[in-house]
Amino acid sequence: MTQFSIAEIESIRAEFPALHQEVHGRPLVYLDSAATALKPQGVIDAVTQVYARDCGNIHRAVHALSERATQSFEGARTKVRQFLGAAEDAEIIFVRGTTEGLNLVAESWARNNLSDGDEILITGLEHHSNIVPWQIAAQKTGAVLKVVPVTDSGEVTLAAFQAALSTRTRLVSMAHVSNTLGTVLPVKPFTELAHQAGAVVVIDGAQAVAHLPVDVRAIGCDFYAFSAHKLYGPTGTGVLYGKRSLLEKMPPYQSGGDMIRSVTFEKTTYNELPWKFEAGTADIAGVVGLGAAIDFMQRFSFEALAQRDQELLSYGTEALSSLKGVRLIGTASEKVSVLSFVMEGIHPHDIGTIADSVGVAIRTGHHCTQPLMERFGLAATARASLGIYTRREDLDALIVAVRKAQEMFHG
Amino acid sequence: MDNLGELYQELILDHARKPRNFRLVEHYNRLARGDNPLCGDKITITLILDGDLIQDVGFQGSGCAISTAAASTMTEAIKGKSLSEARAIFDQFHAIATGASTETQGLPPKLHAFTGVSGYPMRVKCATLPWHTLNNALAAKEEVASTE
Repeated sequence: MTQFSIAEIESIRAEFPALHQEVHGRPLVYLDSAATALKPQGVIDAVTQVYARDCGNIHRAVHALSERATQSFEGARTKVRQFLGAAEDAEIIFVRGTTEGLNLVAESWARNNLSDGDEILITGLEHHSNIVPWQIAAQKTGAVLKVVPVTDSGEVTLAAFQAALSTRTRLVSMAHVSNTLGTVLPVKPFTELAHQAGAVVVIDGAQAVAHLPVDVRAIGCDFYAFSAHKLYGPTGTGVLYGKRSLLEKMPPYQSGGDMIRSVTFEKTTYNELPWKFEAGTADIAGVVGLGAAIDFMQRFSFEALAQRDQELLSYGTEALSSLKGVRLIGTASEKVSVLSFVMEGIHPHDIGTIADSVGVAIRTGHHCTQPLMERFGLAATARASLGIYTRREDLDALIVAVRKAQEMFHG
Repeated sequence: MDNLGELYQELILDHARKPRNFRLVEHYNRLARGDNPLCGDKITITLILDGDLIQDVGFQGSGCAISTAAASTMTEAIKGKSLSEARAIFDQFHAIATGASTETQGLPPKLHAFTGVSGYPMRVKCATLPWHTLNNALAAKEEVASTE
């Protein structure tokens, strides 16, 4: 069974309460899942249960509420470990999101391992959160930030990647999937090449986890970060996977409670992995909600999800391309269901407002990828991004909105 | 659609399609830039201030229909006006765009079209960017204006 039937899609949609509302008097068409995915009832219930029932702090007390909270929290860690194919739970660190995961590596690994003239390599399609932490690390260490160029179709070729590597490359950080273009980067061969050059590899998986099966050991990367909220989970929670051999040598990123084993005024002994990197009370409900999001995702096969994703992507690509004056940005051969586009004579912001007026939610702007926008000579694009609940009708509604914008502006 | 029609009034669409005074003013003595990077709206205003009089004004840049039309109608509204007249127009325009007031009496008629903007909080910054940029030009401030 690799096909989703219409009845199955409708039953999936029934699990997402936010889908069932009207916006400006029209049924909501949500095409902004790359910004944040909507949440299924199972996730909402899991979060509610933490506050309504299991409301104890974790790793602290012997009482029942604390025990239940600890079990749910650590249970979620095991779910994440299995979801990512990591070797052990200790390699799963809970953070606030992808951004914090990347900052943790930049602060704790890069700042302590890079020196003058070393090179950090990123690609031209990165989100600001995978650019700025490395810029800061480079400034502080004297390292140089290098960028692999992006092709006109929005790809990063193996040849370009190889050419950008050097004997000085110490760290490579790249997106698994581009948030603006949908391009899937060949992270496995890139990781192999980077390792041959002696570099540590970090992957920004924010846009990948909802679309692709991720196996960090098959990829071979050293770090992998993602956010729960793009995986139908809560906002404010995310994961950094790191190889034990590296994490053990890294100093704590923040300090305080939970991350220590013993404290005297003279000396502190740090806790073991992963808690060494989890100072302070975590977003317990968020983490438990992430566990529920993984449970939700695991009801489906990634093959079936991917097939549906590709069908909708081709449908949307054809529909948008057939409209005069509409140009798709990002036409990589390997991509997920993200449709970035620009329209002749109509600013993306106006497209966004007009789409919203008929209930269609899309994102407009630079999508936190200003250097990529500059690469394409654009200030902004309109972007429709799909989720597990997206139907063909939703893309039809987008086309109606785009036509309406054309009628308004070009008469 | 009714609401959308209030935002994108025909006059606004017309100025967005065919912006007036879309040019660099020759021999300008004031220049100011505005930038709303989240939207992708950029504007440069050049003008000739002769004593107290705005003798000529033009704008260049790229932006959405609301910011382009706001800039275009603004240049028409303030050309030939004195500094104090221009500032009074700014204040009244700002009030209707943000919804602080609905009073349009005394405001140049073309600017009345921007009363619909106040119903779209995310778009107010588009309409006010050219005006804040103008303010900087008149005050000879070098900083780049932004309304984000």
